[in-house]
Amino acid sequence: MSLLCCQDLCMHYDSINAVCHVDFSVEEGDYLCVVGENGSGKSTLMKGILGLLPPSHGRVSLSGLTQGEIGYLPQQTQIQKDFPASVYEVTLSGCRNRRGKRPFYTKAEHCRAEEMLCLLNIQNIKNRSYRELSGGQQQRVLLARALCATEKLLLLDEPAAGLDPAATADLYQIIKNLNQNHGVTVIMVSHDIKSAVEYGTKILHMATNVRFYGATKDYIQTEAYSQLAGGVRNA
Amino acid sequence: MLKNIMVMFSYTFMTRALVVGLLVALCAALLGVCLVLKRYSMIGDGLSHVGFGSLSVAMALNLAPLAVSIPIVVLAAFWLLRLSEKGKIKGDAAIALISSSALAFGVIVTSLSGGMNADVHNYMFGSILAMSHGDVILSLALSIVVLVVFVFFYHDIFAVTFDEAFAQATGMKVRLYNTLIALLTAITVVVGMRMMGAMLMSSLIIFPALTAMRLFKSFKAVILCAAITSMLCLILGMLISFLFSIPAGASVVAVNLLVYLLFCLAEKIRTYL
Repeated sequence: MSLLCCQDLCMHYDSINAVCHVDFSVEEGDYLCVVGENGSGKSTLMKGILGLLPPSHGRVSLSGLTQGEIGYLPQQTQIQKDFPASVYEVTLSGCRNRRGKRPFYTKAEHCRAEEMLCLLNIQNIKNRSYRELSGGQQQRVLLARALCATEKLLLLDEPAAGLDPAATADLYQIIKNLNQNHGVTVIMVSHDIKSAVEYGTKILHMATNVRFYGATKDYIQTEAYSQLAGGVRNA
Repeated sequence: MLKNIMVMFSYTFMTRALVVGLLVALCAALLGVCLVLKRYSMIGDGLSHVGFGSLSVAMALNLAPLAVSIPIVVLAAFWLLRLSEKGKIKGDAAIALISSSALAFGVIVTSLSGGMNADVHNYMFGSILAMSHGDVILSLALSIVVLVVFVFFYHDIFAVTFDEAFAQATGMKVRLYNTLIALLTAITVVVGMRMMGAMLMSSLIIFPALTAMRLFKSFKAVILCAAITSMLCLILGMLISFLFSIPAGASVVAVNLLVYLLFCLAEKIRTYL
């Protein structure tokens, strides 16, 4: 079943056409990697999926979940690096969309936060301060928060940015595990083309419009792939 | 000592100043945690300068100071917030420009309308005599609103402060919260600045948050610690100001600085233990 569907989507950003006539759909259980060079419209597309920027043409439709139920893993901001918050406080804030207008979290929501901490194997650091954690641990916490918000769809924005190789490999394993063993559909925006083709089942190559969209095994035979991968190698 | 404290409370203006001061200190500390964490500390500073400008104008035109200042400072708060949201460095520089321009404007208006007098000096550096019965009511209402917001929307405030992008993606009205915080900060600054002084008011917003962040690691603990230290510092500052006849605003800031340094020391000691 199609979880998310973009039809002829166009979006402006700062009066520039950042996304032009993009068509693609995400099925349940997919692991879609969105790749492309800087300024190819990846981030704008993501904002469109999250409903943060309105499309100028076309539409994004979700079935079986609401926009607030997308588990979003944004890029880390400078603010968070020294933010005094416990791991548990951060994780629990992912339950915000379940809470509606109630001012406080229910027991069920606290339980969910605990569950997600266990799932990501960070329940032993739940009282530690977020700012004291390593980059890899911080990403786990943010992933736990995103999972509190969703059971179905994770949207990851450059999840490995700023991580060392060991932490990066670790993070990709976690995401793979969530996708394969817990039925979580994943959309990952990434610069890391090597990992994108290694883990993703589908690829969306953006260059304002769609340069390639389809299965990974077809993608690696295209010129679009060799150009992007070659660019990475030479960089 | 105890006798001196008893004497202090026998003056109506002193009790009034203490009540307003405590309430303002509480509001400033709570709002300050959000502002400091969101890197909006400069807004507090900018607002008190704008407040000084508007007070000078109100005085020159013989208008009620609060009726003029509150709307002007609230508008300035919204404007500064927009500037800060747009670009980091540009916003920062713009706030500094607005601060000094508002100050310059205030000074020009004052000198044209009869020169620098005691009132202007009081606005700059604060006076506990400036607190009226109306200020007590206003600060009481303000602190009730701030407390209600922080109790009932605590989790939302945390989410918006920690990660705007995520909060927005999960359907929260981030802009509404930012505007609410800016509005409450503006009113806090106006109420507090006549007592603390325009030049010194921003410390009431910034110090408690920084102090609490030295020792505490969770958001809840930081908020509680900031509120408590802010109020304790105010009482101590007022007491010192009364006993040694020094201006209350400066004395409160000095106590805040001392407590901040003590917390820094405690943090250092803790890492060596």
